[in-house]
Amino acid sequence: MGARVVVEREIPIPNKEGLHFRPIMQFVDIAQRFHAGVTVHCEDRRADGRSPMEMLMLVATHGTKVRVVAEGADAQACIEALAGLVESGFGEL
Amino acid sequence: MKLLDLVRPNCIVAELTSTDRNGVIRELVQVLGDAKLIQTSAIDGIVRSIVTRERTRGTTGFGKGVAVPHAKVEGLGQIVAAIGRSSAGVDFASLDGQPVHIVFLIVSPVDQPDEHLRAMDLIFRHLQQERFRKFLRQLDTTERIYDVLKEADEKTLVA
Repeated sequence: MGARVVVEREIPIPNKEGLHFRPIMQFVDIAQRFHAGVTVHCEDRRADGRSPMEMLMLVATHGTKVRVVAEGADAQACIEALAGLVESGFGEL
Repeated sequence: MKLLDLVRPNCIVAELTSTDRNGVIRELVQVLGDAKLIQTSAIDGIVRSIVTRERTRGTTGFGKGVAVPHAKVEGLGQIVAAIGRSSAGVDFASLDGQPVHIVFLIVSPVDQPDEHLRAMDLIFRHLQQERFRKFLRQLDTTERIYDVLKEADEKTLVA
């Protein structure tokens, strides 16, 4: 049982197409490798970072800021991995 | 935006003839061509684009018997979609390993990425409801599927 760690990061969506289907699949795939729970906020909407359906309903368009919150022992590593993915524009830049 | 803004009645296939992923994609793109929503000359390119993306960038079969293959094309005025139902089920290499019974195929203009996200949001909002998925899967005529889409639209509170 590790310590309860909560880490959050606000990141603008850099790719022109926004958070669409494939980027979401990449995101969910990475989120699932960690024990930490992941919640993604976009304006007043909120999604479980492991649910492709909920993530799609964020409608995070190009330039929108998303706030990623990871909670759990490996939260720091989790947020680094996810932030890296988003900031890279999901390989679409 | 509503489901029936995206899906015309003549773009609903109550029983897909094809039994494999690529065939289903071709069948639904052809339906959009027959309905004059995309140009006939563009059909082959769109099919290729969707099939390639399914293969190389990951399946759009996200589980629960549903797949949402899609592509973006140049020179299209608005987002168009076709729905196909397969009672036997189609192998889409889905995330949960289950066969796909409902296919929402979406073709969006390349220059409207935000609209594309809104359309996907709308479709997913409905597909998330088990009742909606169950109805689509069971209904075996175009008219009945159309009625379910209409009913879903009327009940939706558009944000």
